[in-house]
Amino acid sequence: MSPSPQTGRGQTPERRSTAGAFARIATTCLALHIGSSPLSSRAEDRFNAVFEEVRPKVVKIYGAGGFRGLEHYQSGLLISPDGLILTVWSYVLDTDYITVVLDDGRRYEAERLGADPQLEIAVLKIDSDRLPHFDLNEAAEAESGARVLAFSNLFGIATGNEPVSVLHGTIAARTPLAARRGAFQTSYNGPVYVVDAMANNPGAAGGALTDRQGRLLGLLGKELRNALNNTWLNYALPISEIKPSIDRIVSGELIAETDPATSGAVDYPVTLELLGIVLVPDVLQRTPPFIDELRPGTPAEQLGLLPDDLIVLVDGQLVQSCQTLRESLSRIDRAGGVAITILRGQDLLEFTFENLPDLLPAHMP
Amino acid sequence: MTTSQNRITHLLLVVALAIFPLTSAGDEVHPLVAAAQSQRVEVMEQAAQSVIAMFGPQGEGGGSGVVITPDGYALSNFHVTSACGDLMKCGMADGRLYDAVIVGIDPTGDVALVKLLGRDDFPAAPLGDSDDVEVGEWAFAMGNPFLLATDFRPTSTYGIISGVHRYQYPAGTILEYTDCLQTDASINPGNSGGPLFNLQGEVIGINGRGSFEKRGRVNVGVGYAISINQIKNFLGYLRSGRVVDHASLGATVASDAQGRVIVSDILEGSDAYRRGLRFGDELVRFGGRSVRTVNAFKNVLGIFPQGWRVPLVFRREGEIWEVWVRLEPLHAPGELESILAGRPIGAPDERPDGEQPQPPGRGGNRQPDDLPAEDDSADAQVEEEPDAADSPAQFVTKRRGYANYYFNQLERDRVWDLLATQVDAETAATVWRLAGDIVGGGEFDLLLDEQVSQITLPGDVVEISVSDDLSHSLDPQGSGGLLAALSMWRRLLARGPDGYGQIYYLGTAPLIELGHTCDVLVGISAGVECWFYVDPQSGQLACVEMYPTDGVDPCLVYLSEYHRVDGQHLPHRIDVRHGDGPPYAVLEVQQFGFTVSPEESP
Repeated sequence: MSPSPQTGRGQTPERRSTAGAFARIATTCLALHIGSSPLSSRAEDRFNAVFEEVRPKVVKIYGAGGFRGLEHYQSGLLISPDGLILTVWSYVLDTDYITVVLDDGRRYEAERLGADPQLEIAVLKIDSDRLPHFDLNEAAEAESGARVLAFSNLFGIATGNEPVSVLHGTIAARTPLAARRGAFQTSYNGPVYVVDAMANNPGAAGGALTDRQGRLLGLLGKELRNALNNTWLNYALPISEIKPSIDRIVSGELIAETDPATSGAVDYPVTLELLGIVLVPDVLQRTPPFIDELRPGTPAEQLGLLPDDLIVLVDGQLVQSCQTLRESLSRIDRAGGVAITILRGQDLLEFTFENLPDLLPAHMP
Repeated sequence: MTTSQNRITHLLLVVALAIFPLTSAGDEVHPLVAAAQSQRVEVMEQAAQSVIAMFGPQGEGGGSGVVITPDGYALSNFHVTSACGDLMKCGMADGRLYDAVIVGIDPTGDVALVKLLGRDDFPAAPLGDSDDVEVGEWAFAMGNPFLLATDFRPTSTYGIISGVHRYQYPAGTILEYTDCLQTDASINPGNSGGPLFNLQGEVIGINGRGSFEKRGRVNVGVGYAISINQIKNFLGYLRSGRVVDHASLGATVASDAQGRVIVSDILEGSDAYRRGLRFGDELVRFGGRSVRTVNAFKNVLGIFPQGWRVPLVFRREGEIWEVWVRLEPLHAPGELESILAGRPIGAPDERPDGEQPQPPGRGGNRQPDDLPAEDDSADAQVEEEPDAADSPAQFVTKRRGYANYYFNQLERDRVWDLLATQVDAETAATVWRLAGDIVGGGEFDLLLDEQVSQITLPGDVVEISVSDDLSHSLDPQGSGGLLAALSMWRRLLARGPDGYGQIYYLGTAPLIELGHTCDVLVGISAGVECWFYVDPQSGQLACVEMYPTDGVDPCLVYLSEYHRVDGQHLPHRIDVRHGDGPPYAVLEVQQFGFTVSPEESP
């Protein structure tokens, strides 16, 4: 991550002297101006230009939810001219129908490119081009005390071509979330920007934290309530912390689901029965693959998997439903073993299954 | 200061700041920063003078407001005043507590106008232009959050504008926030009714609502203010003391797959229908704004009072139509009053997604469940006996359909006094004769009397009996009721408001042909309703709109080119319009005659 450029420094002596002359005139003009009319906001710093620049890069995302206090919307950031969108990984994306609405009101069906369940980020793709976007290579860093702006579609206030909302605030701390381990329901434990603006309201996740020049600092995270004192955290994930993972997702290393067309089933696949895992009943369109029970004496039980573990990765690839888990397994030859990553509470644990039996005991001839 | 000057100053400021670091080596603050800050302090100190902390007569309830005229008219939220009752106590930054009375209410828009008593020199806040407000601009809210201010000095909260032209669905049955401002300046319970200021100290909105959801009823960075431009449109209506209604187009719209806003239903009795709008037409512009979403349509609709005429542009089969549509009332007659009487407003009926009006009271726990019955009692038509002369209650008159009928009488009399300077009562009570040329050819001769009105046109003489019900007197044919309209004009001037029939002050409405707003008196007499537009600048009657019945176009009579004749100010040009198309007639008056009718003399 490159350090943020410094303003007002490194000027040549010539520029200094010219600017010095201007400054003297400015002081005179300003004194006259202040003396003769009420305070003009036009002469104050204001963020309209920054807002106009940033708002087309922030999108509204609509997906699953909409019941029992679960909003069906969140925010996202355009990160490439051809429609890559960075957002948080959440239940909103647990659907085959993710809609993205751009700043100008254009609507797209988005494709899930991939996700990092540990960082809780995801990348979507819409079919478009020449879009205004954040260049992640130009993301900035900021320290405590830096003044910031938060752009998001919090509370789903904006619809259609209405612009997202902007809040102002200050970075209160840059600190690891792990310091509050146990207090927050999240698997992310890297550093975050804690801000004093009410940035992380419902629907704000996936929005942008920028400095007051509009340079991207971080991705607004999911709502986090501190279980110890019942307060809500306002924070953003620094781009520098998530950039490597974003790159992996974009390069295809971390993908949401394997495309069935490109990778077929194998003759001797890994099966849940083989591992000894019983999933929860598959009743939804996308039932999350929680472990319901473990067959005694099977590899899964021996390795220490537990009921209520959520399977998130199979050989490093994201699975989001019971069905996609089965599909993923069906493409893995049991001879090579399989690595399964589960989410237990806030911990991601990886279990490697090796030397799997060729056939199930019950199916043995 | 011009924009280019602003730019130069801004540029120079930036250059200056680049040279002088904001904080020098010591603790000294840069003079520019110090100057800007002391200016902000000054603006806020000035703004604070006009902010009020509002309570019920016994100190109950609690909200905020802002004085906008030196004689004490002040804005607040309807959901604040409804919890206070007709009489309230208003504390100001000078530490004094003033009596105030309710003037007018706009329950749909959640706005109330009250009047503080006891001074003619209240510090009044100037009103800004909320359409000029931009996202990212600094703003500050003032009011009495959590009812903290025991000395009535308002609390200031500072933030930026997070969004403009926001639409927020009605909370419960009413309290719809259209075209509102969104700010991250803290808006908390008790802030309701208080002003949102720009950095010039101008009121740009009235705070009244926030998004909260699951985090309890304290600010989470999203507050909403009713835009001051909407309130400016309604201000004349609010001064009328009435229960003011919002508008309907008489049509509903929906967005289609192509992102167009399409008429999905339309009432055949509506003005929009008569102007040619039909099912399936695409709305292009409304009220001068482009309409690309249903929210944008609702935002425009919400800022205009019922009865105003608003430009509408629509497209049908590629062809563009531009019309002026008179907005219908949003509620049926009496419906609004029933809603107000029937249930607490905005209290328990909270929307699941959490946008709720701020209840007044400490910490937001208090629900305005003691909403006073507005005026739904059976004897509502009976005016109450005024109380003792020094009591604020003398400024409150209850009547059905009004928040406070006292102020309607006040405004009605003010407008009548303007009219009465034009033609003296003695002259007005005679038999009128107007004669002259019809533009385009021919002559006319008009006779207006207490019983009979008659007009002689080329090849035709038309007469109506004025003492009858005129709702079917649409003569002369094609005029929509010119004789009836002119008769009611004479009747108003001859009999005055007390003898005319039923007459009330509607408020202010734009007269498009005049280019500015007029005071409007609505008179009901002889079975017809007439809207009398009085130009506040000249005191002249500029237009009479005569509605014979519901669902038909009025006869519009524009009176202009006023000159003095024998001490009377009289219009020398009369434009008559009905429906679309060219005017029915334009009359140039050359002769006026006022004679005492022999049969009328006792």
